[in-house]
Amino acid sequence: MSRFARQATSWVALGPMAVFVLVGYLGTMLWTLRISFSSSRTFPADDFVGLAQYIKLFNNDRWLLSLNNLALYGVLFIAATLLIGFLLAVLIDQKVRGEGVLRTIFLYPYAMSFVATGLVWQWMLNPEIGLQQAVRNAGFVDFSFDWITDQDRVMYTLVIATVWQASGLVMAIMLAGLRGIDEEIWKSARIDGIPAWRVYLSIVLPMLSPSLATAFVLLSTAVIKLFDAVVAMTQGGPGVASEVPTKFIMDHLFGRANIALASAASVVMLCTVLALVAPYFYARSRADRRKESA
Amino acid sequence: MKLRPRKRFGIARIGVYAFLISAAAFFVLPLYIMLVTSVKPMEEIQLGNIFALPVSITFEPWRDAWSTACTGVACEGIRGGFMNSLAIAIPSVILPILFGALNGYALSFWRPRGANVLFGILMLGAFIPVQVMMFPLVRILATLGLFSSLPGIVLVHLVFSMPVMTLLFRNYYASLPQELFKAARIDGGGFLRIFFQLMLPMSTPIVIVAAIMQVTGVWNDYILGLVFAGRDNLPMTVQLNNVINTTTGVRLYNVNMAATILTSLVPLTIYFVSGRWFVRGIAAGAVKG
Repeated sequence: MSRFARQATSWVALGPMAVFVLVGYLGTMLWTLRISFSSSRTFPADDFVGLAQYIKLFNNDRWLLSLNNLALYGVLFIAATLLIGFLLAVLIDQKVRGEGVLRTIFLYPYAMSFVATGLVWQWMLNPEIGLQQAVRNAGFVDFSFDWITDQDRVMYTLVIATVWQASGLVMAIMLAGLRGIDEEIWKSARIDGIPAWRVYLSIVLPMLSPSLATAFVLLSTAVIKLFDAVVAMTQGGPGVASEVPTKFIMDHLFGRANIALASAASVVMLCTVLALVAPYFYARSRADRRKESA
Repeated sequence: MKLRPRKRFGIARIGVYAFLISAAAFFVLPLYIMLVTSVKPMEEIQLGNIFALPVSITFEPWRDAWSTACTGVACEGIRGGFMNSLAIAIPSVILPILFGALNGYALSFWRPRGANVLFGILMLGAFIPVQVMMFPLVRILATLGLFSSLPGIVLVHLVFSMPVMTLLFRNYYASLPQELFKAARIDGGGFLRIFFQLMLPMSTPIVIVAAIMQVTGVWNDYILGLVFAGRDNLPMTVQLNNVINTTTGVRLYNVNMAATILTSLVPLTIYFVSGRWFVRGIAAGAVKG
């Protein structure tokens, strides 16, 4: 087969992918970008209002609150999940008994949907009938744990529920990384009399930075996509205390019929994602090229 | 023999186990509470002893959740949702795997010029919240007459699963020796023949991994089903949320918990049965790239 024919057949095979990328991803994104510069309400309008929607967006208290909430949630969720996941992986790696059972227990929440996760935790954190009441019944009458109905603390309950859901993922990624570390390091560290925690902190952790980066990227993506868990657990409440950007977009797309504002918000989210993953992609492609030329 | 830091007995060792066991308790707790609550009568639940084992066990909540609980307007339980999820999941597992395999095969062996740019955009797409593409997708599907239909939701799942599926198969095929492909070419194999007769039969492990990821992902999806499936095809997760969050009147917590378990049953079963395959999916989808 000639080179041309070879190229042609493979492009036919990649045709569907090309259509999906060009229409499904690029096309829809550009369309959303276009709408964000219009005055569209229920239906897309053809006019051009410049950055008016963006100005409106950043004067919208609910949007600013959503962003604040997401930033607070993101920092706490990523920090807690990475810490717990890493700790679990290190401890499981100490040749403990029942490793298989423990791993299964730590990872099973990851198989559950965010909806189910949100609903279970909503039930457990219900102050009248959940954990708070159970502890009070046990004799601690003054015990108080009503964060889910507390406007200032409701975001923490989302952190708790989703950390429960995602820590196992970090553990699995980290454990795979730990198992790939050369045994010689432990031998020589032992001979030099370096305590284990120092080895983990100063040698192993830097060696795990690819796993750490992967986990970080996966968790950041989950943060930006956070939606189901909020809808299931708090519906954005109490009041608007646990609103998040994705929910803001959905509400304005479907409930409030303001697709231009929703599109502007979407574009802001899109830019945030690109800013977050671009360095990661750049590092990856450079590493790949180095590998190929080596 | 492995030489990890360890002391056979000692405070450090006890500390390790204490931490692991308390962590395990924290992780198991919600599952335990769900199970216990789902078999308690409401009077027992109202006492507020969430940890207590049931005094009198009843399976009525399970039956109600399955066939009589109210999901917004209708009171037919979530069994309809189960059927809908099944109808959505089967094509939404087969098609993405087939397309992912074909993409991965073309990208790894045929390497058409410019394909890597497309692949790069596709990978970026995996990180972008679906809301960014939502409204245009609704319009496109409406134009095609597929909005709020079973083919529509399957198509949407195909769009959003393509990055991961393609990545999975691309990496898998990249790990196979190129000589295999070259030999098949010399023997006169064409594009499709090599794919169906050589590559696909060798892909069983990665197909299993992909299937596990897809079933779990599609079954657990909420937002796509909510927007694109239409009233007659609402998946189980959407109906579950309706049962719990939009019902008025007395909240039947035992029925709610039974419904939650029922909805999670498929992915949990897959997880417990597949074991290491599930973890392999995480590793294959995430660590390589």
